[in-house]
Amino acid sequence: MGEVTIRELKKFYGGVQVIHGLDLDIADGEFVVLVGPSGCGKSTLLRMIAGLEEVSSGDIRIGERRVNNLPPSERDIAMVFQNYALYPHKTVAANMGFALKMRGMDKAEINSRVVRAAEILGLTPYLERYPRALSGGQRQRVAMGRAIVRDPQVFLFDEPLSNLDAKLRVQMRTEIRELHLRLKTTTVYVTHDQIEAMTMADKIVVMQGGRIEQVGAPLELYDRPVNTFVASFIGSPSMNMVAGKVVEQGGVRMVEAGGAMLPLPNRASVEVGREVTYGIRPEALTAGGLGLSGTVAVVEPTGSETHVVLRVNGQDIVGMFRDRVAFRPGDALTFAPDPEMVHLFDRTTGVRLA
Amino acid sequence: MNPALQAVITIGLGVGGCLVYFYGSNLFLDKVLYPPRGPNAGRNINRANMIRPWLFLFPAIVLLGLYLAYPVVATLWLSLNKQVGTGSEFVGFANYAQMMSEEKFWESMQNNMVWLVVVPAMSTAFGLLAAQLTDRIKWGNIAKSLIFMPMAISFVGASVIWKLVYDSRDAAVAQIGALNAVWMKFEGGIWSVLFLRVLPVVLLLAFAAAVAWVAWGMVRVVLQSDRAVGGLEKLARGLGALVGLWLVYVALSWAFGAVRADLPYGVPQQFLTIPYWNNFFLMAVLIWIQTGFAMVILSAALRGVPEDTIEAAIIDGANPFQVFFKIKVPQIMGTIVVVWTTITITVLKVFDIVLAMTNGQFQTQVLANYMYDKLFRAGDWGVGSASAMVIMLLVMPILVWNVYNARKEMR
Repeated sequence: MGEVTIRELKKFYGGVQVIHGLDLDIADGEFVVLVGPSGCGKSTLLRMIAGLEEVSSGDIRIGERRVNNLPPSERDIAMVFQNYALYPHKTVAANMGFALKMRGMDKAEINSRVVRAAEILGLTPYLERYPRALSGGQRQRVAMGRAIVRDPQVFLFDEPLSNLDAKLRVQMRTEIRELHLRLKTTTVYVTHDQIEAMTMADKIVVMQGGRIEQVGAPLELYDRPVNTFVASFIGSPSMNMVAGKVVEQGGVRMVEAGGAMLPLPNRASVEVGREVTYGIRPEALTAGGLGLSGTVAVVEPTGSETHVVLRVNGQDIVGMFRDRVAFRPGDALTFAPDPEMVHLFDRTTGVRLA
Repeated sequence: MNPALQAVITIGLGVGGCLVYFYGSNLFLDKVLYPPRGPNAGRNINRANMIRPWLFLFPAIVLLGLYLAYPVVATLWLSLNKQVGTGSEFVGFANYAQMMSEEKFWESMQNNMVWLVVVPAMSTAFGLLAAQLTDRIKWGNIAKSLIFMPMAISFVGASVIWKLVYDSRDAAVAQIGALNAVWMKFEGGIWSVLFLRVLPVVLLLAFAAAVAWVAWGMVRVVLQSDRAVGGLEKLARGLGALVGLWLVYVALSWAFGAVRADLPYGVPQQFLTIPYWNNFFLMAVLIWIQTGFAMVILSAALRGVPEDTIEAAIIDGANPFQVFFKIKVPQIMGTIVVVWTTITITVLKVFDIVLAMTNGQFQTQVLANYMYDKLFRAGDWGVGSASAMVIMLLVMPILVWNVYNARKEMR
């Protein structure tokens, strides 16, 4: 069925290697999001699965078939592009039916499939319109409709929501998710937006520099990032990182950072004297008590919560509070970390210690 | 005075005059006529801004009026008058009547129509082909420069070049004309049969089949009525199908002729004197020139086709031909129409090529050369002006359509 297996996948452009031997398993019906900063190779990986980029070495399998050398049309995939890529000279119906027409499918069958897809997406009134007469969200739906009618084994989405405004993006996010629950088709979705990744994915693949940093369920990545890159990439506002050193004080191990003594989680077993990066998420900080002291630089109320930026030894530490807080810029304040929610990374390698 | 110096002074005066005019007139408007101060400052600014565009347009309007609009009106007037002694006399449409009664005029009209169909079609088709083929190859830019180069040659220069291609010498000496040099290689053997009988027949049959298919496509919609077809569209489709049938008939009869024809092997041909065919030899010159133009514009248009629509089509399973004809070409249709009509206008005015190669003899006359004949050789400016008006009337609708399409493209 629609499982995708990637083994030792590499990609070179001339002498430059952009994909460094990836291994990835995508189960049938899974919604996988590839996420990472620009240039991390996520789009290249997607385009290699689609067949728009050649594979330099390694294997891509869809179902039982090795598809490395198959043309895109024979891979049984459908792709939704960032700019929708609708054919401007064809009506919505013709856009959606084009792939089927190319397959030589019978007209009546094409028509019934298009009508069915249009019903799912709420496009029925627009079937005879041209793309230029549609709004951004409608075009996005047509692009999805074009994928749905083919009934492929795998859907590929290449940053499909990045051209929509914020409100529509949230709405389409939900629609795509619902569509997936309904069709249960394996989906590979590329985005640079970690919120999109967190909210939509069954499984997130965090990439950087042509390598996979971590693969896991959204909350797994959030709760146990394997290194500082994943830790800072996932979550918004991102995790606070403080450089420090493990010390022992009165028989208790703590992290000393810029004069502040920070608590360690009980489970942590790191040797004294180790140089570490102390990571703490904004919501794991409480105001007052022992911890990072500084002056309040900015207070950003969002309504549901308030972000307080504290300047500690020239570094900005962000705290997030569900309650209304009455801090003002310039106030002296201390953020106390919750020891059980601390992430500890090796300072030089960035790898998770505890 | 040295002519070069005169030229420099003229340029200086011209450019300086323009500067003085634009600067001075704007200064006058802002400082004297409607100064933006005083109690009416707001009103004055608005008025000055309403006048300003006309200050800039004024020189162009005057010059165009003087050199374009006036001659049109004057030509119209001349075409309604007749030369009597040193004066002239109003004769109404007598000049037009006389022109219509001349066989040479109808020959010109007919030839112009053939030019009108063949040259824009071939130039655009070749240009599109060249644009697509040169787009993806490394030496594409070199190929493009070579194809574009004829654009830099004047029509007369091109005619001289092609006259040499069509040149004919006595059979005993070497041929300097490329076409005759090739022709003399054919002696009636197997290759002659292959190239001069089989190949033309195959091409003509292919053409006939293609046209028949298109014609069938036109009527099919009406016959298998799975959608409502309006009366006017029915008529247009019927006419199109009839034209298609006629073309099929012509192609088939030519194919038959190619099989039957008694070819004069070993005799150098005077290509420019073979009636009917010589028209096509003249058209080749203009096609050779205009293909470069079409290629450059269409190449730019092809690059403007969004890459992701092409990728989407590839994923949808379209092969390269389908990507080209169903995705790329429809998206640049507006540009194709503009290129087509632009070449059409050039073709309607074609003059130099005919003048330089045959001067309208051997049934190759065209309207522009006919006009030149009447005006400057026969000195009959009545009929000459009448033919000029005919050319203008023919160009006008295409020009309007071209401008309309070009503006639509720019939006």
